[in-house]
Amino acid sequence: MSSTTAERRSFRWPLVLQIEPRIDSPRWLAPLVSLVAVILALVIGAVILAIIGGNPFRAYAHIAGAAFGSLGVFSDTLVKATPLIFTGTACAVAFKMKLWNIGAEGQFFMGALGAGVVILAGVVSEDASRFVTLLAMAVGGAVFGAAWGFIPGILKARLRVNEIITTLMLNYIAIALVNYFIFGVWSEGGFQMTRVFQRAAWLPRLSDLADQFPIMRGLTTHAGFIFAVIVAIVAWYILFRSLWGYEIRLIGDNPRAAAYAGINITRNTVLVLMLSGGIAGLGGMSEIAGVIHRLQGSISPGYGFTGIIIAWLAKLNPLIVIPVSILFGGLILAGREIQPAGVPRLIQGVILFMLIASEVFLRYRVRIVRKTA
Amino acid sequence: MDPVIILHAGIATGTVLLFATIGEIFTERSGIMNLGLEGMMLIGAMAAFSVTVATGNGWLGIVIAMLAGGALSMLHGVVTIHFQADQVVSGLALTFLGVGLALVLGDGLSSAGTISLLPKLTIPILSSIPVIGPIFFTDQSVLVYVGYLLIPFSWFYINRTRPGMHLRAVGENPSAADAMGVNVYRQRYAYVLVGGLLAGLSGATISLAVSPGWFSELTTGGLGWIAVGLVIFSAWDPWRAAFGAYAFGALRRTILDIQGPQLLLGLRNPFFFNPYYGFFLQMLPFLFVIIVLIIGSREAVRKRMGAPAALGLPYVRGERGL
Amino acid sequence: MDNLVEMQGITKRFPGVIANEDVDFELRPGEIHALLGENGAGKSTLMSVLAGLYKSEEGTMLVRGNPVSFNSPRDAIDLGIGMIHQHFTLIQSQTVTENILLGLDEPRFLMRLSHYDKQMVHVGDQFGLQVTPDAKIWQLSVGEQQRVEILKMLYRGVEVLIMDEPTSVLAPQEIDELFKTLRAMVAEGKSIVFISHKLHEVMTIADRITVLRQGKVTAARLDPKQSSKAELANLMVGRKVLFELEKTAKEPGDVVLDLQQVSADNDKRLPALHGVSLTVRSGEIVGVAGVAGNGQSELGEIITGLRSCTGGTILVGGNDVTNRSARTSINYGVAHVPEDRNHVGTAPNLSITDNIIMKKYRDPPLAKRTGLDRNAAQEMAKGLKEEYTILAPSVETPTRNLSGGNVQRVILARELSSQPTLLIAMQPTRGLDVGAIEGVQRLLLEQREAGAAILLVSEELEEIFSLSDRIVVIYEGEIVADGIEADAEKVGLLMTGGSKVHAKEPAA
Repeated sequence: MSSTTAERRSFRWPLVLQIEPRIDSPRWLAPLVSLVAVILALVIGAVILAIIGGNPFRAYAHIAGAAFGSLGVFSDTLVKATPLIFTGTACAVAFKMKLWNIGAEGQFFMGALGAGVVILAGVVSEDASRFVTLLAMAVGGAVFGAAWGFIPGILKARLRVNEIITTLMLNYIAIALVNYFIFGVWSEGGFQMTRVFQRAAWLPRLSDLADQFPIMRGLTTHAGFIFAVIVAIVAWYILFRSLWGYEIRLIGDNPRAAAYAGINITRNTVLVLMLSGGIAGLGGMSEIAGVIHRLQGSISPGYGFTGIIIAWLAKLNPLIVIPVSILFGGLILAGREIQPAGVPRLIQGVILFMLIASEVFLRYRVRIVRKTA
Repeated sequence: MDPVIILHAGIATGTVLLFATIGEIFTERSGIMNLGLEGMMLIGAMAAFSVTVATGNGWLGIVIAMLAGGALSMLHGVVTIHFQADQVVSGLALTFLGVGLALVLGDGLSSAGTISLLPKLTIPILSSIPVIGPIFFTDQSVLVYVGYLLIPFSWFYINRTRPGMHLRAVGENPSAADAMGVNVYRQRYAYVLVGGLLAGLSGATISLAVSPGWFSELTTGGLGWIAVGLVIFSAWDPWRAAFGAYAFGALRRTILDIQGPQLLLGLRNPFFFNPYYGFFLQMLPFLFVIIVLIIGSREAVRKRMGAPAALGLPYVRGERGL
Repeated sequence: MDNLVEMQGITKRFPGVIANEDVDFELRPGEIHALLGENGAGKSTLMSVLAGLYKSEEGTMLVRGNPVSFNSPRDAIDLGIGMIHQHFTLIQSQTVTENILLGLDEPRFLMRLSHYDKQMVHVGDQFGLQVTPDAKIWQLSVGEQQRVEILKMLYRGVEVLIMDEPTSVLAPQEIDELFKTLRAMVAEGKSIVFISHKLHEVMTIADRITVLRQGKVTAARLDPKQSSKAELANLMVGRKVLFELEKTAKEPGDVVLDLQQVSADNDKRLPALHGVSLTVRSGEIVGVAGVAGNGQSELGEIITGLRSCTGGTILVGGNDVTNRSARTSINYGVAHVPEDRNHVGTAPNLSITDNIIMKKYRDPPLAKRTGLDRNAAQEMAKGLKEEYTILAPSVETPTRNLSGGNVQRVILARELSSQPTLLIAMQPTRGLDVGAIEGVQRLLLEQREAGAAILLVSEELEEIFSLSDRIVVIYEGEIVADGIEADAEKVGLLMTGGSKVHAKEPAA
């Protein structure tokens, strides 16, 4: 039988569990709840692994070691974290305005395409300086990514078309488009990849400094990481310190109030999705220029989708996106070696689920009350 | 490129979409949005395939698949109904969870063996109707006919029965329904479950009626998301959903067939001579969904129809009016 | 005479507040018992307990002498007790019959609407309530919707009907009709609990009155014929209530707002305003009287840039703002206190600070070249919090945690502190307790003193009468009177279409 939300009798003791809405919450509550949620999620993941016959302790220990065990693997973890910082930030920016950008994956691909076009279509000559080349690639990546965000933006702003589905559909379209260019236009010898880019198109990496600092030998962390951190900080500044960010947060909380305050929601819808797409596009450029050095079929193992989880875990704060991305980067890195292949995705799903389920504790308080009959 | 053949083949794929779409229509009519269709369908497909491989019994496969989809949907239900979490994010989480789980549990299935599809039927008199007969009633899987029956039944249930009226009430104005003694929580759980069961069935249809086998994520290949788009296009009406689903199925088949012949409508077929143009064909289904959404959104604005008024909003009992 | 219903020692708590404290209430068969109190006194809560919506922490209830305990509204309805809420519990897109059948166990499966349509008309005739069974709710007027609500209860055979502020959306003539209906129901043996904060109505209709203040009973079972308005007001509020506000005579200045033949559509794309012309001068309060749904909301929205007009011109201070954005209106000094405090006027999850700077964040000192100056914003918020006595733990508290009165203070602080030339106040005192109402009205008068032009839209005729320099009546999107005297009967007649429509006589 239904009863009020203000009361729910759980046991027939003199002790009663009372669930009531929270008036205000202490600042340490949110991070604590998130932490507990993640831990619980890992526990559940371990249980599932155990059920299907794996050894969860070995798996987790392996992950920890394979991701953070030595300077070398940590460097690899940072490499994996770099695109995640981009997509996580991209998602956080859009979600802050309640724009559900599920298309970060597609925007990432388009950004890679944009950067690739700059090189492969000869926009920049082969002997241009590294700085010019990389700059052109970044611009290309950002522009292509922003364009891919513009489409769902204008559709939503003008025609009220649901952006969840449009961004999602554009993911598949982007992948097909990039594949066309890879296979059909710039294919190297009929394989699923283009030629390797010239040296000037490579982002510098730590191992380049190996001659001066021997410790850096073999470290694959590249300048894209710094780039990503800078972009995240700038995004944070925009959201929390600038006038535009105030408007974005206001629209996200209450669009009608924002309209009443004179804020142009249509324009912001398009701009924010373009910003989000541009950031994700930069991620694609960074991956191309820093890791892959060519255009090929598999550019991303789902960075765009993982970005969603990261953004949510980071409570839509770009600064927190950075450490969370490093954590997930480690998970992805180590997860490649775990069988079966779906485990990282599974764990990500469990984490996200626990996170959103745990948010109820921010809204309600559970009290144990002594009740006299 | 015979249109009859294309439409005939399209019906099977369309049935996959039909089950998922109608299931989600039920869920959304009650006010809950479940975006996790892709995950539930994949689990359903995997479950159906593995059970059938193991037991040889396709019908058992269907049952398990539906239960799997239903179980997954209940996770979403608890989190969104009782914990009042954001429904969009929960649906996404469900997708990750479902896909991940399906990949993990289905590891190794692709080499597990083959199964035979469910029986196909030809309905005696109806199959002789010109044009319609060969397409709809000739040599179609049993599940297809189940789909045909589901359409009018769903429409009738929603619009002409008492429980259907309560369903609509809960999605339009849950506090009014609650005040009149309708158990909003229970109704929403029930219809989220219905959505999950049908999504599982949809997945089973893939394995047992369309393409037997396990191809990891390619098994569903985005069909779940297309179904979400179709729900909006259908304006939450089963008949329109059916139209969209079958049209889509036909489109898919067309894309496959169009790359075959050297001549297309008497002209040189670009897709035959440059196979890379096939990538553009791959985009078509997704482009189609976007176009369909645009049409659907404009029409809704024009005709003043729209989503169930309380869709996506969590319902809290006894919230004091402000 | 035995009591039909008895409530003894009822205590109901919500987090942070005691809504009812040791309340006794009784109802005799065949009476209209009024529950009087200001907004927030606990009347709705008490009756929600009786109607099965809430469960009290302490206390007992007796129905026809037997102790009862309800787990849901259905239990109460089974015993013949039903409640009609202030906000109707109707499904807009469904028909009258479907709404009446909502929640019932019959029909078993198939709807058979034609059969039930006839039944509804039959039941309605029994009580003199006319209904069109196959009409959809959104097509009906508010008065007709209320009739559907009543019919819903009667169909279920309730003997005790609880009505929560039923007249808040009705014009005077419709109120008379409602009272006739209530008396007819009593003649048929029903009993009614009439919840209201309106003294004059309660004194007209009630057989007995019980007064609640801040969750406690201050007077029970009073006979209206033996009480005075002042006495009741005192019981409601606990101190002497000023019925007259101090309003100085003032010569209005230049025209600030000039509406010329303005037309606009509502959300359903139907015309809501037809050729409205209106002026408001500086230092003048123009009160717009009208039943909700006759175009007032749209009127406010077109002036503040939240809705576009289909024709006509709007001038603010001589500037053409027709179909310009909300930002333009704001820049021309238009302040807007909206009808919907929580969904339009504030962003509930954002802090008081964030809400207060909503209009000013683009200008210095809040806007610096590097972004938003949070310290300046906090300082401004703190200052305004004190000035307008906003009760809250801090300026960082989210506004969703504030009471209605305090939310309104946040909005007023924001709007009035910008020294507006034109203030559009839409239902500014709706749902507030008497103390807060006085405060708001005082602030409006202060703005008038300072030379602002004020357009006041309110459903409380008394408020319009006491505050306005000039009274305007709106009906079906047209101004049917401009500068009419403060006479409730005359104004009421115009609010319902005047001589155009005769009120239907219910069956005797």
